Amino acid sequence: MNLSRTGKWMSVALPAVAAALLIAGCHGGATKSSGILIGEYGALSGDTATFGTSTDKGVRMAIDEVNSKGGVGGKKVQVKVYDDQGLPPQAKTVVTKLIEQDGAIAVLGEVASTNSMAAAPECQKSKVPMITPASTNVAVTKTGDYIFRTCFIDPFQGGVMASFATKSLHAKTAAVLTDVSQDYSKGLAAAFKNTFTRLGGKIVAEESYEKGAADYHAQLSSIQAAKPDVVFVPGYYNNVGAIGRTARSLGLTVPLLGGDGWDSDKLFEAAQGSLEGCYFSNHYSIENKDPRVQEFVAAYRKQNGGESPDAMAALAYDATKILIAAFDKAGSPADGDYSSEEYRAKLRDAIAATKDFKGVTGDITLGPDRDAIKPAVVLQIHGSERRFVATVNPKDIPL
Amino acid sequence: MKRTLVNILIVAATVAIVFGLDKVVSRLQNDPSLHAGYPVRILMLALIAVIAAVSLNLVNGFTGQFSMGHAAFYGIGAYTGAALTVFAQKQLFGHILAIGEETGWWLSSGVLLLAMLVGGLAAALTGFVVGLPSLKLRGDYLAIMTVGFNMIVVVIANNLKEMGGAAGFNGVYVGDTLIGIPPLTTFFWVALVAIAVVVLSINLRRSVHGLAFESIREDEIAAEAMGIPTTRYKVTAFVLAAFIAGAAGALYVHFDLRVSPADIDFIVSINFVVMVVLGGLGSVSGAVIGAILLTVLPEALRMNGSYRLVIYSIMLIVLMLVRPQGIFGRDEIGRAWMLKQVQGTKTLPARISGWTASLFDRFAHRRLSS
Repeated sequence: MNLSRTGKWMSVALPAVAAALLIAGCHGGATKSSGILIGEYGALSGDTATFGTSTDKGVRMAIDEVNSKGGVGGKKVQVKVYDDQGLPPQAKTVVTKLIEQDGAIAVLGEVASTNSMAAAPECQKSKVPMITPASTNVAVTKTGDYIFRTCFIDPFQGGVMASFATKSLHAKTAAVLTDVSQDYSKGLAAAFKNTFTRLGGKIVAEESYEKGAADYHAQLSSIQAAKPDVVFVPGYYNNVGAIGRTARSLGLTVPLLGGDGWDSDKLFEAAQGSLEGCYFSNHYSIENKDPRVQEFVAAYRKQNGGESPDAMAALAYDATKILIAAFDKAGSPADGDYSSEEYRAKLRDAIAATKDFKGVTGDITLGPDRDAIKPAVVLQIHGSERRFVATVNPKDIPL
Repeated sequence: MKRTLVNILIVAATVAIVFGLDKVVSRLQNDPSLHAGYPVRILMLALIAVIAAVSLNLVNGFTGQFSMGHAAFYGIGAYTGAALTVFAQKQLFGHILAIGEETGWWLSSGVLLLAMLVGGLAAALTGFVVGLPSLKLRGDYLAIMTVGFNMIVVVIANNLKEMGGAAGFNGVYVGDTLIGIPPLTTFFWVALVAIAVVVLSINLRRSVHGLAFESIREDEIAAEAMGIPTTRYKVTAFVLAAFIAGAAGALYVHFDLRVSPADIDFIVSINFVVMVVLGGLGSVSGAVIGAILLTVLPEALRMNGSYRLVIYSIMLIVLMLVRPQGIFGRDEIGRAWMLKQVQGTKTLPARISGWTASLFDRFAHRRLSS
C-alpha cells in the first residue's frame, strides 16, 4: 500500500547488502593456503562466451588429470576461475582479485588479445607468471618477462603456408592479395613473401584491398595475368568468400591459401563452393591422426558429454599442462610456501625454459620472446568441412 | 561577504579531507602486503562511474531527453586524453617516462587536468555537432541518434590503427620500449572531480537554468510558450554532459592505463543509463548511489559463481518493481529528505509486512489493469 515507504526501505537495504557482501568478499586479504592455487580468467558470459567456456573445460581437464595422479609435489592443484564478461576492465579487476585476494601463484587466460593485454600489467607488477593460451597479438607478451603465450603469433602462419605451398603443392610462383587495413593480414603477407622467396619461389604479383571493399575484379585480373601457381589471401572470412567467387568467375583456378582468419562457417556460405580444395592454416585439427591428439579428443568427449574439443580447449589444455610441468621442474619450495616471490620467480624461469613439450597442439618450445615456437596444421576445404592435410613444423620454415 | 568566507572555508576543508584520504588510498594501493589493490580499484572505478552517471543525469534526468550513447563521449575523452599524454609525452614531461616512473605532484596533476580539459572539449565539440540537429526535434530521435553515434565512435576506434585498433591502446612501441599512458589519476583528483560535479549539478538544479531544464522535461510545449529557448537549453545540457563525460574518460584512461573499443561499446552506455534510472531519474543523489551500486554489486556477488548475473538481474528487477521511480525518485539527500524519512517511522516487522502487502497489491493491480 505504502509503496514509497517500502521502496525507501529497499533502497537502504540494497546498498547495505552490497557493502556487506563486498566486505565479506575481501575477507582480510590472501589466506596462505597450503595448496597450489592457479587463477583463471575468461569470458564465461558475454559476446565471446564460447571462448571462455571452452578454455575453462580444457583447463579443468588438465587439472583433473594432474590431481588424479597425486597433484604437484603431493599437493592438490586448485583452479579458481572468474568471469570477465569479455570486458577488458573486468579482466583487469578479476586478475587483481585473483592475485591479491585469492593468492593465485600463476594465472591462465585470456583468449581475446585485448583482455590479455588489459590484465598482463597486473601480473607483471605483482610478479605472478601469466600464460595466455590463445592470444595471438604480438604485443601481448611484450608487457614483461612474466607474460607467456603457448600459441603461435599471427605472422608465423605466413611462413607455414609458404612452406606448404613449395613443399606440398610444389608451387614455383605465387601471388599475394593483402588486406592493407589489417595488421594481421600485413604480417602474414610479409612472412609469406619472405619464406617463399627463401625457399626458391618467386612472387609474381602483389595486390591489396581495404576492409569493406566490395569488388576485387581489378586485383584478381592482374593476378591472373601473372599466372601464379598459388594465391595467398591472408584476409578474414568476410572478405575471402567474395574473393573466392570473383577469382573463379574470372577463370583463376589455382588454389587459394589463407590463415586462421578463414576459419568460420560463414566463409562457406559466402564462398558458395568457390573455395573447394583450397587450404588454410590453423592451431590444431581434431582429425589429426597423431595418437596424442586422438587420446585427448576421446578423453575430452568422455568428460564433456560427447562434445568435441575446439581449438580453444586444446590450446588451454596445453597451456595448463605446460604450467604444471613448470611446477614439477621448479620443485617444491624449501619452506613449503608456494606463494612466495622467490618461488614465483623460480616458476617463471621454469616456464621460460619449456622445451619440446609434447602438447596436443604439437611440440611446444618457448622462445626468448616468451612466445611459443610450435607447429601449425594445414586444413583443406571440402564442402563445409575442414580436412586435416599436414602439420608444418617451425624447422620447415627457413628464417 | 560572510557567506563567501564560509564557502571558501568549506571548499578548503573538503580539499584538505580529500587530500588526507588520498594519502591513505595511495598507501593502500602501493603496498602489496596490504592486499588492498582490489577494493581500491573498485572504489576508483565507482567514483569515475559517479562522474559519468551524474553528467548523464543532466540530460536524461533534468532535461528529460533520452541519450543512449554516453559511452561515446567517455570514449572520446579517454582516447583524446591518452593521445595527448602519449604522443606529446616528451613535450609535456621533458622526456619519455619509464614504466612506473614517478613525476612531481604538480607536474602530473597539471598534465592530468590538461588531458581532462582536452578530452572534455573534444567530447563537448562532438556533442554539439551531434546534439544540435537531433535536439531541434522533439521526441525519441535523440535516443536513436545517440545509439548510432555510439556505434560510429566504436567503429572509428576499431579502425584507429595508430591507437591500437581493436586490440586497444596502452601506448606506442618505439622499437621494443613502450611509451605508455602515464598513471596520472589519483584518488585525490577523482574524488575532487566527483564532488565538484555533484555540487555543480545540485546547484544547477536550484538555479534559473536548472529550472529551465526541468520545465522542458515536464512539458516542452508549455516551456516554449513561456519563452524558454528549448533547443538552446537542450543543447547546453547535452554539451555540458558530454564535456564532463569526456573528462571522466580522461580520468579513466590515466587510471587503467589502457582503453579499447570494448570499453566504450553501446553496452557501457546502457550501463550508465541503468545507473541513472535505478537511482532515480532527475536525482543527483540517485545517480551517485546508482553508479556506486552498479559498480560494487557485480563484484560483491562474485562469490556466487555463475549465479552472479542471475542474482544481479533479479535484484535490479525487484528494485524497479517496488520502486519504479528509482531509489530516490527525484529527491536529493538533504535536510528535507531526512525529515521525510523520520516522519511516520514504523518498526521493522511492520515495514516488511507493508512491503509484502504492497507487492501483492502491485501484482493484483497489474493483473486487473492489463
